[in-house]
Amino acid sequence: MRSNTPVTKESSRSSIVGATPAIERVFSAAFTFLVTSAVLFALSGLAVILIWAFSAGWSRVDLGLFTNAPSTARIETAGFRTAILGSLYVISGVIAIIVPIGVASALYLEEFSDRTSRFARFVDLNIQNLAGVPAIVFGILGLAFIVRGPFGLGFVAAAGSITLALLVLPTIIVASRESIRGVPRSLKEGALALGASPLKAVSTQVLPYALPGILTGAILSVARAFGEAAPLLLVGAVTFVTFNPRFWSDGYSVLPVMIYQYATRPQASFRLLAFAGVLVMLVLVMLMNSFAIWLRNHYDRPLQ
Amino acid sequence: MNAESTSESTKSQVEITSMTEFPMGEDRLADTDSARAEVVFKATNLSVFYGTFQAVRDINMGIYAREITAFIGPSGCGKTTLLRSFNRMNDLIPSARVDGSLLYHGEDVYGEGVSPVIVRRKIGMVFQKPNPFPKSIYDNVAYGPRLLKWPKRDMDDVVEESLRRAALWDEVKDRLDESALGMSGGQQQRLCIARAIATKPDVLLMDEPCSALDPIATLRIEELMQELKNDYTIVIVTHNMQQAARVSDYTAFLSVDIDDESGERTGELIEMDRTDRIFTNAADPRTEGYISGRFG
Repeated sequence: MRSNTPVTKESSRSSIVGATPAIERVFSAAFTFLVTSAVLFALSGLAVILIWAFSAGWSRVDLGLFTNAPSTARIETAGFRTAILGSLYVISGVIAIIVPIGVASALYLEEFSDRTSRFARFVDLNIQNLAGVPAIVFGILGLAFIVRGPFGLGFVAAAGSITLALLVLPTIIVASRESIRGVPRSLKEGALALGASPLKAVSTQVLPYALPGILTGAILSVARAFGEAAPLLLVGAVTFVTFNPRFWSDGYSVLPVMIYQYATRPQASFRLLAFAGVLVMLVLVMLMNSFAIWLRNHYDRPLQ
Repeated sequence: MNAESTSESTKSQVEITSMTEFPMGEDRLADTDSARAEVVFKATNLSVFYGTFQAVRDINMGIYAREITAFIGPSGCGKTTLLRSFNRMNDLIPSARVDGSLLYHGEDVYGEGVSPVIVRRKIGMVFQKPNPFPKSIYDNVAYGPRLLKWPKRDMDDVVEESLRRAALWDEVKDRLDESALGMSGGQQQRLCIARAIATKPDVLLMDEPCSALDPIATLRIEELMQELKNDYTIVIVTHNMQQAARVSDYTAFLSVDIDDESGERTGELIEMDRTDRIFTNAADPRTEGYISGRFG
């Protein structure tokens, strides 16, 4: 402190040197502890499940698990081939339905509808409601309208696809809307001011910018559909199929249901098979997610 | 609205051809070059509403070809709303509605059978905040020409010419493939100007184009505007009165009328004249008050 500056005693005491008040330090340490333990809790739960599944099922994992058909007679060589195929069929169908319909709905709601109109608000509210409907309700709906009733497809993989698609559509719509809403308005305005039609402005500026977020929504939806068992129980996935399923004809099963079937049997070797099935699912989910993440990074706004 | 404005349009068209009247007061404009100026826009009792709220009221003005017209006025006086009604950008707001008539070379901008897409191709716009697309510099400039499906083989020339005209070519010619988002703010704004003029529009609307820029970048844009006015009619909204005085040929002063009961703020045109007159010898005391900093 320079001696020639007239400083009163009070102001010289208000120095910036000093410790943060103890109470604030305690609170911030406690808060840090809380949020950190929340993350650790979530991660450790996941880790326990993974480790358990691996330690219990790893001894049964071999190529035959993927290529052999399920069997109750030859337990030692039984596999999941038909269930894997069934799951892939159902999921392909789900993707084919939800991506175009989900993205189109999100685009309509965000870009082309009058958001203040009663219709838009009605749709908006109901999409949020649909996201909260229990999965089994969609199963009953699928049974009544798709397997039987007006569509009458029978117990086929396609019926499973449509039922699961209805279940996860709200997820992809909400995620796509969020992503589209995040696109700066100035980009669309810039395109329109250059004489782009609304459709052109959306397809050349809004959609590419929103694509990574839309893909994230698709990943979430597909992962959920892949692991879903309850609604499929009602639309035909319960059959113990030993032959390769087909998309439009009767008889299919999916991995979660197959795992359930094996797990409910009393013999230890079936339970081992169920654990191995969990690992098969994990591998497939990771493969699908890696592909989707690769796709997302590939299209992730090449020029930032 | 459509049927009404169509009949209005035919009426006003006759007026324009038969009368030499200028909407901004004939006596003050009869002298010098402006008397033979070509009218690009003619607004007659133009009002813009958002729902029931009237944003600007009864605007009567003319915008002249190859001149720079500046809109000045306090915040919230509807300068930007008025500007955006010229190329129908207000259409993006579902509740927006226009009353009165706005003629562009005698044709009603809001007339029946007029496509906003076509309007915007003739009337380019530069925004307050530079808004380059997250694409390469080249692709930004080529966006408009590609919309119009101009031949690919001419594209390099179009891009180069537009960037030259926007005084940007020398700075970016070696990095046309790089992202436009890596440029400085001033460069981005000049890129947006290059992008707007690439399709050779007739009019350039500029909504506070320099408000996000530093003084040097601002000076460059202002110099650029002087170059561009040889070919383009420019309308600029600005908060900066010195800028209006420096760059524009005509100045329109808008102000806010606050409704005593509802408290609604509606923009009004107080007066419009040659810039030198507005700044030295304004007819309305409110203009003089604003310019000398007494309010706003």
